[in-house]
Amino acid sequence: MSGHSTYNPTTGFGKFMDARMPIVRLVHDSFVSFPVPRNLNNWYTFGGILAVMLVSQIITGIVIAMHYTPEATMAFDSVHLLRRDVSYGNTLQSWHAVGASMFFIAVYIHIFRGLYYGSYKAPREVLWILGVVIYLLMMATAFMGYVLPWGQMSYWGAQVITNFFSAIPLVGDTVREYLLGGYAVGNATLNRFFSLHYLLPFMIAGIVVLHVWALHVTGQTNPTGVEVKSKQDVIPFTPYATVKDAFAMVVFMIIMCYFVFFLPDYLGHADNYIVADPLKTPAHIVPEWYFLPFYAVLRAIDFNIGIPFTDIVLIDSKLGGVLAMFGAIAVLFFVPWLDTSDVKSANYRPTYKIFFWLFAINAVFLGYLGSRPAEGIWIPLMKASTFWYFLHFIVIMPLLGWFEKPLPRPASIADAVLAKSSSDTAESQAQS
Amino acid sequence: MSEAHASDATRRDFLYIATGAAGAVAVGGVAWPLVIQMGPNEREKAAGGPVEIDISAVEPGMLITVIWRGKPYFIRHLTADEVASAKNAPESDFRDFAAADSRIAAAEGAAEEWAIVGANCTHLGCVPTKIDTGLEGWLCPCHGSKFDVTGRVMKGPAPTNLPLPPFVFASEEKLVIGQDKAGA
Repeated sequence: MSGHSTYNPTTGFGKFMDARMPIVRLVHDSFVSFPVPRNLNNWYTFGGILAVMLVSQIITGIVIAMHYTPEATMAFDSVHLLRRDVSYGNTLQSWHAVGASMFFIAVYIHIFRGLYYGSYKAPREVLWILGVVIYLLMMATAFMGYVLPWGQMSYWGAQVITNFFSAIPLVGDTVREYLLGGYAVGNATLNRFFSLHYLLPFMIAGIVVLHVWALHVTGQTNPTGVEVKSKQDVIPFTPYATVKDAFAMVVFMIIMCYFVFFLPDYLGHADNYIVADPLKTPAHIVPEWYFLPFYAVLRAIDFNIGIPFTDIVLIDSKLGGVLAMFGAIAVLFFVPWLDTSDVKSANYRPTYKIFFWLFAINAVFLGYLGSRPAEGIWIPLMKASTFWYFLHFIVIMPLLGWFEKPLPRPASIADAVLAKSSSDTAESQAQS
Repeated sequence: MSEAHASDATRRDFLYIATGAAGAVAVGGVAWPLVIQMGPNEREKAAGGPVEIDISAVEPGMLITVIWRGKPYFIRHLTADEVASAKNAPESDFRDFAAADSRIAAAEGAAEEWAIVGANCTHLGCVPTKIDTGLEGWLCPCHGSKFDVTGRVMKGPAPTNLPLPPFVFASEEKLVIGQDKAGA
């Protein structure tokens, strides 16, 4: 896809560097002359937005870490000192906190775009898996970051999430003690979470380099799902994709700024403005919105799984819930092989398209259920919604490849684009 | 010729394996302290001595929460009704049945009955909220587990009953958590 380099150094310094360390050539080939499909729509701009969000989180994070004290008796106050007394501290803190939410909004759109256009299919399996790894690292980073302000939700979030590991048979409690650095969540836990919260974003950056590398080997997918076949199908990255990405980024940033400046706490929880108290669990404990679907899956498993008609329990409800929750993420790794259809884009897969939207609605509903208390009607709904989540990946995706009759696809991207623009022209002529 | 070759290869193979084994031991030796430092430190381990609690002010129906080894424990003074309903409840009400007698304690010679249990839900560690609806004694706000007044799990995702800490009544007014009757 990358093909022959078109970089041509003109200055003496450019030639000097190009013969020794051709970094300008690498950038030129990757982000200037790099050919992208000519029909990319706005859903394809979120990769660039995510790169900018990662940089923005790292910069604001490094700055607010200068005012933060990772010590159990001082952490809470240090965050509020930052918000009240440090110049621009409230903006920087809310940029970082709101930024985490916006990062997840962008990544969810990015993932659903991949599911819609079949971006995980051959030859892009490794690209997709690297993406899932980034998503996992993001979740770990966001969780540990949320613990740092040491409010009630921070503390009890850490309590609940580290308890996942105590569900491991035999060694679970020891594993948990090693994660916490003590018998309960405490100062040792806070210290190590701060250390790891600082480390993980740089690991994400490393995997992002691999993700972009893999992308530049296979090239992007596009809304037709037909691979690039000739020069007619592509346009250079700069200016076309650069400008499109930049425009989308501006729109995204306007939305983000609205939250940062006018609703900085809207996505948070009031309970996190109460300092951590090991004796009192908040009445209604919920994770941040971006974890809610998985939280609903966790709570859906409230029964033991055993051998029928005996009292033998194979997997108790606690381990079952934790396995289901991690399974809900792990299943994403297998999507390239669970989807048996050769057709990439859902635009040409009428049945998959319906199931895709059902899955998307179900995922949002699962998130809503995650925010509801675990009682009454919500529990059977959580079970049904969790069941559908797994059914989509494990049963529907493999079967559709065999039973679905895809629509005829265009011969090439250029054909599709030109057919569309000529029919548009015909329409506008008819109207005028 | 071929024999000489084979013996050369064997010597070299031995060196490869020996070097590899020494390397593996070295990597393991370096990794060990890096992993072990994650565990609870010595001060944390040492700070686990018994705690004495004055329970003279805890009337029947009241609950206090105390900390031992960094974790909270419930000390619940049961009413006569609660004790009766716990003892009469059928086994089918519970997911991890244990006899009520094994979970209710009293000071020597006293009629009063106490439930002394760990305060972290056995599901994911939240502190359940006290409720007073007959037999039902606690409801976990996180994931909906329900426990009876003696901490036996009745409903929800919690797999086991609230754990019993080692404790002993030093007198009718003083409870020691972290020490059992044998004095251990």
